[in-house]
Amino acid sequence: MQVTIKVFRYNPEKDKKPHYETYQLEADPTDRVLDLLEKVKGYKDGTLSFRRSCAHGVCGSDAMRINGSNKLACKALVHDFGAKITVEPILGLRVIKDLIVDMEPFFDNFRKVLPYFINDDPAPEKERYQSQEDRERFDDTTKCILCAACTTSCPSFWASDEYLGPSAIVNAHRFIFDSRDQGAAQRLKIMNEIMGVSRCHTVFNCTLACPREIQITKAIGEVKKALMTGSLE
Amino acid sequence: MKTHQFEVLVVGAGGAGLMAGLYASRTAKTAIISKLYPTRSHTGAAQGGVGAALGSSEEDHPEWHTYDTVKGSDYLGDQDAIEFMCEEAVAAVYELEHMGLPFDRTPEGKISQRPFGGHTNNVTGKPVMRACHAADRTGHMILQTLYQQCIKNNVTFFDEYQVVDLLMTNGKAAGVVAIEIATGEMHVFQAKAVIFATGGHGRIWEITSNAYAYTGDGVAITLRRGIPAEDMEFFQFHPTGIYKLGILITEGVRGEGGILINGKGERFMEKYAPTVKDLASRDVISRAIYMEVRDGNGVNGKNYVYLDVRPESVNHYAALDGRKRPDGSPFVVTGEEILSKLPDIVDFCRVYLGVDPITQPMPIQPTAHYAMGGIPTNQFGEVKKDENKTIIPGLYAAGECACVSVHGANRLGTNSLLDIIVFGKHAGLRAAEFSKGADFQPLPADPTAFAQAQFEGFLKGDGRENAFDIAMEMKKVMFDDMGIFRSGKGMQNALEKVRELKERFKHVRVQDTGKIFNMDLINAWELGNLLDLAEVTTVSALARTESRGGHSREDYPSRDDQNWLKHTFAWVNETGKIELKYQPVTITKYQPKARVY
Repeated sequence: MQVTIKVFRYNPEKDKKPHYETYQLEADPTDRVLDLLEKVKGYKDGTLSFRRSCAHGVCGSDAMRINGSNKLACKALVHDFGAKITVEPILGLRVIKDLIVDMEPFFDNFRKVLPYFINDDPAPEKERYQSQEDRERFDDTTKCILCAACTTSCPSFWASDEYLGPSAIVNAHRFIFDSRDQGAAQRLKIMNEIMGVSRCHTVFNCTLACPREIQITKAIGEVKKALMTGSLE
Repeated sequence: MKTHQFEVLVVGAGGAGLMAGLYASRTAKTAIISKLYPTRSHTGAAQGGVGAALGSSEEDHPEWHTYDTVKGSDYLGDQDAIEFMCEEAVAAVYELEHMGLPFDRTPEGKISQRPFGGHTNNVTGKPVMRACHAADRTGHMILQTLYQQCIKNNVTFFDEYQVVDLLMTNGKAAGVVAIEIATGEMHVFQAKAVIFATGGHGRIWEITSNAYAYTGDGVAITLRRGIPAEDMEFFQFHPTGIYKLGILITEGVRGEGGILINGKGERFMEKYAPTVKDLASRDVISRAIYMEVRDGNGVNGKNYVYLDVRPESVNHYAALDGRKRPDGSPFVVTGEEILSKLPDIVDFCRVYLGVDPITQPMPIQPTAHYAMGGIPTNQFGEVKKDENKTIIPGLYAAGECACVSVHGANRLGTNSLLDIIVFGKHAGLRAAEFSKGADFQPLPADPTAFAQAQFEGFLKGDGRENAFDIAMEMKKVMFDDMGIFRSGKGMQNALEKVRELKERFKHVRVQDTGKIFNMDLINAWELGNLLDLAEVTTVSALARTESRGGHSREDYPSRDDQNWLKHTFAWVNETGKIELKYQPVTITKYQPKARVY
C-alpha cells in the first residue's frame, strides 16, 4: 500500500523553527512505523534523526507521537493508522533535533525517587525469601522501560517538568510495594512533596500511552492511598 | 576536543558493562561510556532466564551445569573458564537477588527456576530446572537492577557517547576516543584500564533478534588496533524467531512445555533429539527446523514451522513424556498460567503477528542471535593479544563482545546472562586492581587522528553508493550463505560479495553534514564495523573444514577433533588482509565425545 508519512523536522543548526516534511512510501500493512522512518532515512533523507535500538518494544528508545498519541514507533503498525501517518516528538521535553528530545529532565525525575533497592540488613547466604503473593504485589510496575511515553502524555508534566511524572512514580511504586525493601517511608515522603503524586489528576493519559500496558493510574492511586492511610496494605 | 581522565573506563552499559562499572567503581575512579542510555542496552531484550545450579526445586550441581555447557559448546569451550563460570553462577544469582532483582518465586518463596535447552540432570539425561527467571523479561530485570545499583552508588556515566577508537601506548591501553552524539564533539578519555563491554554484531544478518545497536563496535575497533578476534565463525541462530521479523521468542516457551510442530502436524524434534526433544541445544534445533523446511515440511510450504504453547498441546505432550511437577503431580497448565509466565511473548505475538499464542500456534523461523566469538580474553577479562595467551596490560573485555571462551561453538540458553554478570564483575575487579598499581600511559600526539580520518571519509565519498543498499545486500548474502548451514562454495560467494560491498562502501557519502545528533554519520561508521566483521567471520569459517556447534558445513558434515579442537584467532593486518592462527582448547575433565541429546 501507499503511505504518506508526515514527519516533524527541526535541525537546530539550520532551521529557525520546526516544520513538517511529507514522504510517500510503499509499505506493507504490518510494517512498523519505525520501518517507515528507516526507509525515509535510508532512501529519501539521510538527515532525518531519531533514536531506536531493539525494534520490538523493550528498550524504550523510540517513543514518539504517532497520529497524536504517544507510541513506540517499533510497536506501532501501519495497519493501525492507515495511509496517512503523522510522526512528531513526544511533548514536554525540549526538541533537540527532529524526533529526538532532551531526556535529561525525565531521567532526573527518575533519579529523585530513590529508584533502587534499599535493605540495610546483612544479606543472607542465599536469597531473601518472598512469597508469590508479595512478589505479585509489585509485578506490574517492574515492567517499566523508561521510554517516557507516559510522562510526556501527562498534562501536569506539560505544565511543569518539575513534576515527577507517572514514570518516576511507577518506579517508586515498584520499590514501595516490594516486601523486601525498607525505603518506603523515604520514598513516600518524596511522593508527598509539592511536585509529587498530588499533581496527578487521574487523566489516565499515562495508562493509555504505556506500551507495556502498566496500570499506571492505578499504581499512582495506590501510592496516594498509602500516603493517606499510612499503610501499604 | 575535550579530555577526561579516569582510572577505569567501561565502554558499554549493558549487563556486563554495568556490572564491571559497579565493581570497578568501588575502588577506582571509574566512568561508563555508552552509545545508548544504559537502559536501552540489549541485555534488556533477554527473556527466559539466567542459569545457575541453585537447586530451588530439584537436585542440581554446578558440575552438571559445567558438563552441560561443555557439551553445548561442542567441546570448543575452555573447560577451566566454564568450570569457573558455573561455580560462580550460584553466588552471582543470589547477589542479583540481594540487589533487589524481582525473580519469580517458588511456593516456598525461593527463586523460581525453569527448564531450558541443553540443561540436564546428568544422571537421568532429562531436562533440569536451572533457569532463574523473572517472567519472560529476566534480562530487562537484570539491566534495570544493575542500572538502579549504579545510581545508588553514584557511578559516573557518559550517556550517548559513541566510542570510536582505542588508544594504545607502549603496548598498553591508554584510553579511548568517543564522539559526544549530542554535539558531534570528539572526546579523549585517558585511562589506566579500559573494559570493552560493547555487545554483539547480529545486525550482519537479515533475520536477526538483535537490536540496531548491535554493530560489533568493540570487536571492530580492537581489530583495527591489531588485536585479534577469536572464533568469529561461531554465531548462534536461535531456533525461534518470529517469522520474517526475527524477534526472539524465548526458549522459556519450550521450558514451559511448548513444542515445535512442522507443516504435517508432527512434533519433529523427537527425530533429532530423542531424549530432550524440544529442549535440545539451539544449534541442534535450528538445524532441525532448516532440514524440515528443506524437506518440504514447512507450514504451507513456506520456510517456517510452528511453536505451539496452547495449553491443550502442552498438556497432551507433557502427558506423553510423563512430565511431572517437582512435587510429583502431573504437569498440567492453563492459559492463565502461560500468560503469567510468558506475558511479553504473548504481547509480541499479538502485536506483530496478530496471533494469540494461548489459542493459536506461533509461526517461527531461526534468527541470528548471539556471537560466541569476539575479543579473546581469559576468565578475568584480560584481553589476549595472541594465540599464546599473552595479555595486553590494561585492556579488558566482557560480555558478548568477548570470547573467554565459555560458549565455544554453541552457547546454551541462560548462559549469556550468566556470562555478563560473572565476567563483567571479574573484569571490573581486575581492571580496578590493575589501575592501582599502574600509571597512566602517555597519549599519542594526535589522539583523535585515526578516528577523525574514518569519519571524514564519510563526508568526502563521491556518493555513488547508498549505505542502506549496501547493508541490505550484506544481510542477505550473510543470511543465505553464512547462516545455519554453510558450504565452501556458498561461503566463497559470501566472501566475494562482502569484499565487493566493502569497496562500494568507500563511495558512500552521508547526507547529514551537521554536528548535532548526526545519526547518519554514526550509522555509516557502524555499517563499516559490520562489514569488517562479516569478512572476518567468513574468512574464519571458510578455513574451518569441519562442522561444530553453530558452524555446520554441508561439505564437511562431521566434527573433526583431530584437526579442529582449537580456537581461531583472526587478525586484520595493515594491508587489510586477514591472517589466521590457532590456540588449543583447554580441556580439564571432559574428553570430547559424540554429542547426542
